[in-house]
Amino acid sequence: MIPAAFDYERASSLEEALSLLAEHGDEAKLLAGGHSLLPLMKLRLATPSVLVDLGRLEELAYVRDEGERLAIGSLTTHHDLSRNALVRRHLPVLAHVAGQIGDPQVRHRGTIGGSLAHGDAASDLPAVVLALGGTLVAEGRRGRREIEASEFHEGFLETALSFDEVLVEIRLRKPAHTGFGFEKLTKRAQDWAIVGAVAARRDDLPGGVGVALVNMAPVPVRAVSVESALADGVPIAEAAQHADAEADPSADINASVAYRRHLSHVLVRRALEKALS
Amino acid sequence: MSILGNRVLRREDPKFLTSGGTYVGDLELDGALYVTFVRSPLAHGRIESVDLDQARSAAGVVGVYTHADLPYEPMGFVNPAMRRPLLADGVVRFVGEPVVAIVADSPAAGADAAELVVVDYDPLPAVVDPERALEGSTLLFEDVGTNVAFDLGSPGSPETFEGCEVVVRQRILNQRVAPCPLETRAAAAEMADGRLRFYACTQAPHDVRSSLARELGLEEAAVHVVSPDVGGGFGAKGSIYPEDVVVAALAMRLERPVRWSETRSESMLGLGHGRAQVQYVTIGGRRDGTITGYRLEVVQDSGAYGDIGAVLPVMTRQMAAGVYAIARAEFSSRSVVTNTVPTVAYRGAGRPEAAAAIERAVDCFAAEVGIDPAEVRRRNLVPADAFPYTTAIGTEYDSGDYQKAFELALEVAGYEQLRAEQARRRRPDPATGRLPALQLGIGISSYVEITAPVAGGEFGAVEVRPDGRVVVRTGSSPHGQGHVTAWSMLVADAMGVALEDIEVIHGDTDVVPRGGGTGGSRSLQLAGSAVDKAAGEVVDRARFLAAELFEAAPEDVVLDKTLGRFHVAGSPAVSRSWAELGAASLERGGSPLMAEVDFDYPGATFPFGTHVALVEVDTETGKVRLLRHVAVDDAGRILNPLLAEGQVHGGTAQGAAQALLEEFSYDAEGNPLTANFADYSFISAAELPSFETAFTETPTPRNRLGVKGIGESGSIGSTPAVHNAVCDALSHLGVRHLDMPATPLRVYEAMASAAAGTGSSTNGTGA
Repeated sequence: MIPAAFDYERASSLEEALSLLAEHGDEAKLLAGGHSLLPLMKLRLATPSVLVDLGRLEELAYVRDEGERLAIGSLTTHHDLSRNALVRRHLPVLAHVAGQIGDPQVRHRGTIGGSLAHGDAASDLPAVVLALGGTLVAEGRRGRREIEASEFHEGFLETALSFDEVLVEIRLRKPAHTGFGFEKLTKRAQDWAIVGAVAARRDDLPGGVGVALVNMAPVPVRAVSVESALADGVPIAEAAQHADAEADPSADINASVAYRRHLSHVLVRRALEKALS
Repeated sequence: MSILGNRVLRREDPKFLTSGGTYVGDLELDGALYVTFVRSPLAHGRIESVDLDQARSAAGVVGVYTHADLPYEPMGFVNPAMRRPLLADGVVRFVGEPVVAIVADSPAAGADAAELVVVDYDPLPAVVDPERALEGSTLLFEDVGTNVAFDLGSPGSPETFEGCEVVVRQRILNQRVAPCPLETRAAAAEMADGRLRFYACTQAPHDVRSSLARELGLEEAAVHVVSPDVGGGFGAKGSIYPEDVVVAALAMRLERPVRWSETRSESMLGLGHGRAQVQYVTIGGRRDGTITGYRLEVVQDSGAYGDIGAVLPVMTRQMAAGVYAIARAEFSSRSVVTNTVPTVAYRGAGRPEAAAAIERAVDCFAAEVGIDPAEVRRRNLVPADAFPYTTAIGTEYDSGDYQKAFELALEVAGYEQLRAEQARRRRPDPATGRLPALQLGIGISSYVEITAPVAGGEFGAVEVRPDGRVVVRTGSSPHGQGHVTAWSMLVADAMGVALEDIEVIHGDTDVVPRGGGTGGSRSLQLAGSAVDKAAGEVVDRARFLAAELFEAAPEDVVLDKTLGRFHVAGSPAVSRSWAELGAASLERGGSPLMAEVDFDYPGATFPFGTHVALVEVDTETGKVRLLRHVAVDDAGRILNPLLAEGQVHGGTAQGAAQALLEEFSYDAEGNPLTANFADYSFISAAELPSFETAFTETPTPRNRLGVKGIGESGSIGSTPAVHNAVCDALSHLGVRHLDMPATPLRVYEAMASAAAGTGSSTNGTGA
């Protein structure tokens, strides 16, 4: 398919990207890895008149150890996340999940910021960041602001980012215990999850583990009921039965609503068993 | 020592792995215009009006055409009342049907103009389910009065199951799939010296030539077809499409080069689909496991027009009885049109459907009589001393040793150990008291198929050039098979020339006068035999020529194949090379040292084998993993095990994909649900184990080489093995049958309904 005509601007700095966004308003779309946006454009489901390419902004591709937390630049690719020594040591869940997204081509182009900003609940990284209680940093012409992961996803492909902002950084606390479980049911290795579940150990939660779901609602879902059941000392198998309490799954060719709910129980249980073993 | 039977590396690969070959879309055509098709978004509807004004005046647009502008006959030879117009003629019958053709100076201009075409449709009710189409309440061709495009026989001879102690009946869906060759369709055309030159992405360039000539009202001599490299076809590129004819017609009309390359999204709705049968099997016999009666009734979905898809049951019928000596077998079919993409030949074309039906039926029968499915097969295989063997259907199998391949496959698989491990997993875990979540299933498929099923010979020519190079021309144009390597091996073996001195030419109808193409796994046994025969004739001619030069008797002249030189027996010191003889032929008679051969059709051959699949089903999620796949295939003598294994690997992957993942689906209104690779589960290496392959070699008497085809065995043998394995894994949970593909959702739902007591769809009746 051939996209509708558009202008292409390559930003050479964050500053320039922000001024291009300000100039073109909501006619512009940011391009990072392009693996979500370009297919939509080829199908002419998205027809931005300007693409602002962030691809050359090396300044946004980093992982920094900031003591209590890791700061991850939004243009860090899935591949780099999966191989980064800091990520593997302090947040192995993130490295593990990033290493399983799509296929090698996707992992070399796709970025964590792109995945979060696209806001697809069927993508894995938004759920991981949610389970870890991350903080997202957006920069606009009026300055920087922090958005909690739990506040970031507002609806189907909708986020708290305004059209003139760029997601620049993801901040994640380093847990003392790095145990985690990630369960993704797919038909094929490269597919989006039919349902996914992530459980990650956290020191800042009473139950000691954050749990989130992939593709169980229009937005990534934090399984709060499971977390509090665990905090109440409920055994894993029983706690996992609450997996879909906050979910609002839909049916498609891969799953019925009932099947998705069932899968969430099984996958959350398995993820918890791994995280807490 | 002969080169035949050796693992010779593919001579084609350096090019394909580096520069990537030259495909129709790569050709440079100066000043070419691009065609964009506007396609129907509706499954069924009347075209009330078409407004082309805006599109016509759009930037870069040269012309915009509808059916009325292209007054050619509709296409199709099966059912004259259900032929297909080049562009929709007043009615659209499937989503994706071309309605308008735009010619523009770039693909982007065409895509933009396509958005400006306004077609006003009056929607009609759509029929997607072939069994509903059979009822005829919604008709695709109102004048015809029925949706039945083609039928074979009527069901139900009462004697078939007479005396049976057990009769089992099962409905089986052999679902619609999309062939998905890596290269999507493309075409280009230009006028050259008053003739039409057409660049075709095809399996059969000569068929394209005759079809284009017929459609466009031209003499065949006025059409020159060139088929460069072709990136897969699987049967779906075996005949031309309306888009091809439109491209050619527009090049003739505009007198400029015109080209078209489809996108993957277009291809999923334009290239024909495969399979698409609803089958009712009835199988009966004795409690000792002897099968005595078999009936297969088929409803074939032809898609929107009554063409190739409608006649696929002809081959299903031929192969219906499978590898078994069954006293009474019968077949009937009805092919119906539906508001879906037309179906075509797809890797096996009717034979995988036959194998899938009887192999599933045998497992159902085995379950009913309580005998291991391997043992039931063992008791019913056609014995090796019975060949040539004519089945109860009336098909004559040329040669076979079914037991040998069967026993080897079971041995390689370690069948008894697998059953023991399966039994172990079916015992509750002592710690939890529950069955382990991961259960094993073992599936067997013993298949026989037919290669070179369609009567017709093949052209082959071998010529020795004065520089010693040997040029082979073949009527069978490859699209991935490895003809260049295989034909080179045959020539090297017959003539004693080095592989690198052999050039193989194919795919140009001005250079190769005749050809049947590549399809139905026909190439080695027909085109290979033609090349082999031509090489033998060249050796004979060279011997006569050498005899003249040596002033000796031809019968005293020998060819030393290790040196590629002729000499008089006993006097090797004086010899002549192929180059010298090639030059001498031109000097003496003025004609090249060459032989052109039309290898006469000797009848079809019947490859066979047994596949064993091991699957693991996660009973908590429904996810199936193929853990092992053992393929023992017998395609007669194996020319090159590397090429043969490649065919088995590719075919097995596609076949396993049908069992586990692939299904082209529509909603009830005929909207496609799987028209891209995100939704259509095209399999990848990550979903597959390393295949375990072996060959037995039972030569065919139907050609000198003793070879049969191997191109489709993988997809024929593997699907039922994997499918049976999934059903087997769930059998202890009360699941008797599960339709393909065994997606997680389908497996989960089958287990859930079995647990609820509503899962058994097999009707066994004791007599």
